[in-house]
Amino acid sequence: MSAHMNLTLKVWRQKNSNDKGQFVTIQAKDIADDMSFLEMLDVVNEDLTRKGEDPIYFDHDCREGICGMCSLVINGRPHGPKYGITTCQLHMRSFHDGQTIVIEPWRASAFPVLKDLAVDRTSFDRIQQAGGYVNINTGGPQDANNILIPKRVADEAFESATCIGCGACVAACKNASAMLFVSAKISQFALLPQGQTERYERAQAMVDQMDAEGFGNCTNTGACEAECPKGIKLTNIARMNREYFTAKFFRQEDVHQH
Amino acid sequence: MSKSKPVLTSSLGRKLIMSLTGLFLCTFLIVHLIGNLQLFKDDAGYAFNNYAYFMTHFTPIKVVSYLLYLSIIIHAVYALILTTKNKAARPIGYDQYDGKANSAWNSRNMGILGTVLLIFIVTHMQNFWYQYKFGTTPYVEYRTEVSTGNQEVLKLDDVPSDYNGYVIYPEPGGIEVVKSKDLYRQVEETFKNPLLVGLYVLGMAALSFHLIHGFQSAFQTIGFNHRRYNGIIRTIGVWVFGIIIPILFASMPLYFYFIK
Ligand code: SF4
Ligand code: FES
Repeated sequence: MSAHMNLTLKVWRQKNSNDKGQFVTIQAKDIADDMSFLEMLDVVNEDLTRKGEDPIYFDHDCREGICGMCSLVINGRPHGPKYGITTCQLHMRSFHDGQTIVIEPWRASAFPVLKDLAVDRTSFDRIQQAGGYVNINTGGPQDANNILIPKRVADEAFESATCIGCGACVAACKNASAMLFVSAKISQFALLPQGQTERYERAQAMVDQMDAEGFGNCTNTGACEAECPKGIKLTNIARMNREYFTAKFFRQEDVHQH
Repeated sequence: MSKSKPVLTSSLGRKLIMSLTGLFLCTFLIVHLIGNLQLFKDDAGYAFNNYAYFMTHFTPIKVVSYLLYLSIIIHAVYALILTTKNKAARPIGYDQYDGKANSAWNSRNMGILGTVLLIFIVTHMQNFWYQYKFGTTPYVEYRTEVSTGNQEVLKLDDVPSDYNGYVIYPEPGGIEVVKSKDLYRQVEETFKNPLLVGLYVLGMAALSFHLIHGFQSAFQTIGFNHRRYNGIIRTIGVWVFGIIIPILFASMPLYFYFIK
């Protein structure tokens, strides 16, 4: 048996990226506590649609914490009041009957609001395109054991690679810095042999793109690490800094294109 | 991948400048503290005044002190640049922002703490550095009987006729005469003002919170984050720079106000 609750939602509504936007208070009635947060919004949206109103626009896709699309700041916390989960993994049992819930979009100049709670995160795509890849020359496959990778290093690279690009780190950071995301993407390649050829060029290219997108500057508050649904660690940022400074001060020949 | 951009105008380059100037200022604190501890000697400022003269007239130290002033300015200017950029990175803020759920208060308020520190530093420089160099610091004459160590202290308000910075000479009868600017008395006089004592204690509280975050943050920015050393860096940041140094500094105005 699940308990039911009535909630007051204070939701950010904004028609498009040019609209100023404002908070709108909406009642969410008869919400089961085993619903996910997004299911709760689905119920509210059905209600709004039935009344002929515009449903609340929000991003989502997999609804199982792997795609990185869902992106809500709930009562002042990206992905809501729990640690280590995405908004789609948040359940209504984390709230109580009669509670007021404030729902806002990610706030960053590099993440402009498209509509209501959905923001444009293509700045992350452009950072990835700047260097978050490896060039592989195809040919006959070689024996996998020719490239030895210590388990610990492989694990570390894997952990960095679990970043789903949701942007909660940017949303949580008081400086709207994207350094946790960028550092995770740099780390996953810097640690592995396959990432070595473009290692230093990658670090500078991705940092340059991050700056060009207008993300802020990390002040090491650790908010990103605390709010990241995937537990991406601050050690990645230190690694990114090492990669970048090494590239800049000692490996210019690996950085310049011409 | 694109052509590289200059390091010092990048986010990480600016952070590196903050980090290096910050760490340099940390090392200075240790030197400054050790020197100032001589204020607690009950010798009418004999050792302290001697030290003050040395610090302001020995060329290598003068060079370092100008580097220091430069570091303070660069640290503040870059803080301003970075803060401005950070504000621009989030033009529309949150209605609700639960910062304490994910980070420490001082880490989120380094700018405010730094501003308090800057106000403190300017006041502090005016109180002592400026007065000592260009202001109204009085003079003192120490007459020490070398055989017994008995010392007579003459507080002078005007420049001694044979004064040329710092004089030390023997007088017949086994007397060592030292004449110098009396920065010690300047300290005594300054800390009779409760408002200044309050500002100094507040300044040191700000220093504490600033460095508890700043010291270890500087290492993270440089890229020095290593399981083996993080513990010791944190411990030094919290205990040495966050607690011991600010408390010892703060005890100086309190000592002169309440005890001296
Ligand atoms: S680092 Fe974490 S919070 Fe940031 S984008 Fe990746 S998964 Fe999301
Ligand atoms: S919808 Fe895919 S992670 Fe939440």
